[in-house]
Amino acid sequence: MSNDGMTSWRIVRGGLCLLVAVFLLAPLVVVVIISFSSAPFLQFPPPGLSLRWYMQLFSTPAWTNALVVSVEMLVPSSILATLMGTAAAYALVRGRVPGATFIMACLMLPIVVPGMITAAALFGVYRGLGLNGTLTGLVIGHTVLNLPYVVATVSSALRVQDARLEQAASTLGAPPWATFRRITLPLILPAVLSSLLVAMILSFDELIVSLFVSSARVRPVAVQMWSNLMGDFDPTIAAIATVCFLFALLVLVADLALRGGRSRRLT
Amino acid sequence: MEKAVLQLAGVRKRYDSLVAVDDLHLSLRTGEFLTLLGPSGSGKTTTLMIVAGLQEPDAGTITLNGASVARQPPYRRDIGMVFQSYALFPHMTVRRNVAFPLEMRGLGKAEIARLVDEALELVKLPGHGDRLPRQLSGGQQQRVALARAMVYRPALLLMDEPLGALDRKLREQLQLEIKRVHRERGISVLYVTHDQEEALTMSDRIAVFNHGRIEQIGTPEELYDAPATRFVAAFIGDTNLLSGRALAVSDGICEIETPAGRIRASLRQPIAAGTPVTVAIRPERLVLTSLQDGGTGLRGSITDIIFLGTARKYVVRLVDGTECVVLRQISDPAFDLGDATVWLSCPAAHATAFQA
Repeated sequence: MSNDGMTSWRIVRGGLCLLVAVFLLAPLVVVVIISFSSAPFLQFPPPGLSLRWYMQLFSTPAWTNALVVSVEMLVPSSILATLMGTAAAYALVRGRVPGATFIMACLMLPIVVPGMITAAALFGVYRGLGLNGTLTGLVIGHTVLNLPYVVATVSSALRVQDARLEQAASTLGAPPWATFRRITLPLILPAVLSSLLVAMILSFDELIVSLFVSSARVRPVAVQMWSNLMGDFDPTIAAIATVCFLFALLVLVADLALRGGRSRRLT
Repeated sequence: MEKAVLQLAGVRKRYDSLVAVDDLHLSLRTGEFLTLLGPSGSGKTTTLMIVAGLQEPDAGTITLNGASVARQPPYRRDIGMVFQSYALFPHMTVRRNVAFPLEMRGLGKAEIARLVDEALELVKLPGHGDRLPRQLSGGQQQRVALARAMVYRPALLLMDEPLGALDRKLREQLQLEIKRVHRERGISVLYVTHDQEEALTMSDRIAVFNHGRIEQIGTPEELYDAPATRFVAAFIGDTNLLSGRALAVSDGICEIETPAGRIRASLRQPIAAGTPVTVAIRPERLVLTSLQDGGTGLRGSITDIIFLGTARKYVVRLVDGTECVVLRQISDPAFDLGDATVWLSCPAAHATAFQA
């Protein structure tokens, strides 16, 4: 009896896992397949295979410009967020900052506050500063959005790290900056790089703030996809979706390789 | 008086309502091995952290090599420190760890290589330079930490329970190593431990801490033979503590009435006749006899005998129920469990009375 119960539980469990996998992966698979379709409209299964939508993608200025804008935006914003977030995490975890808990909570706000509110607020502030529709505006907005992820990742890495190593470095004659560069940073580097990569993915994918702040001339990929979907659309959207997916996949694999290599060396 | 390498005066530190260090005065002579000994929470580690500059005192002055360092951060103080947790940098090889303080001092490559070799030689770890800390045993890691803390010849070496995480055998071996390094380098050491045996083995002088204050500071012999307070008597070595009442006092010697008989003891501070007192006597200072000698002595019976090879340990139950431990050399006359009544006595010089 009990054995039968175990068996049927296993079947249910296996079935559930399979369903989850199908629901998560099926749309992705369908999109990737359609991107190679030869038909001029979204049709599944495709009548034939071709690369015409990728050619279309990379020859349409609206898309290529959007790709360039996305890269010009996500590279500086993710680097800025990583630098500032790491510095903030270090100060809040290691330093004796009055009101550290409050400051930490403020830095986390962009996660808590609905994206629409943040976007509207940025839009309002930018109007006064003339930053709407500019690359600078996008970079600043995305830096703010990505900051909490960096702060959370790096500060948890710092909490795990033994603070006595830094004390030891200090007694051995290392001033604070040398201690950070030679001891702290090498030890939290996996977390720092990982949050840099996550910031890049998030930035590439982000729609709401981009929608508010961008203009027809400065328009990142996510916004271009959005406006394309709003009008007549063809399998080009599937091709760009596949490109986005590939980018995210590459970054994730890089992150995994980074962590794997690190943990092997440090355990 | 030799030159003092370190001087603490009026140092105070409190955490919220807890006074960790209270009006501390301490002086460390050049080349001296001074141990701060005490139970956990007695302020010894806080004192060490204050000397290192890792914690700020609320009040007081700290003088290192004649200069005040109270406002100096740790990296400007000429100190080396060994932590209980080793605190080796896990991402650097042994060589890089030991070279770190030298690099911070801007020494040349060749000079660094020479000093690192010399330091690894001193802690008997040559040939381990290219390993990572995690590839070494606990004892080896602590040797590396020791080499790293003294390779630049700091004026003062601070050690915070450096052997606390090691097993007994390794601990005893490293105690001797640290003593040897101390002797060979003539370095001044401020050492923290809660292990009184370790303190007695290694130190030139010991400062016994209790509740943020120094109860007594002196050589191991002074602390053992002439404890200044009841706490020191009980904390260092084995001690029999007996309660009684002071009868007559003269010339620093006091006659004491206990429920098991009278005994004479020396006084560390003046006590009025009639005061309740505690008498501390080391087990090896008690003399066992079968007859009372001259009106003093404590009456009891032997309840246990433990043969220790070079000595015998007698457990004596006094007539009031107090248990005393007596340690006699194997060459002394032996007593049997059956011996009905025995008398314990002790020369007044080796019994110390404290106000109870």
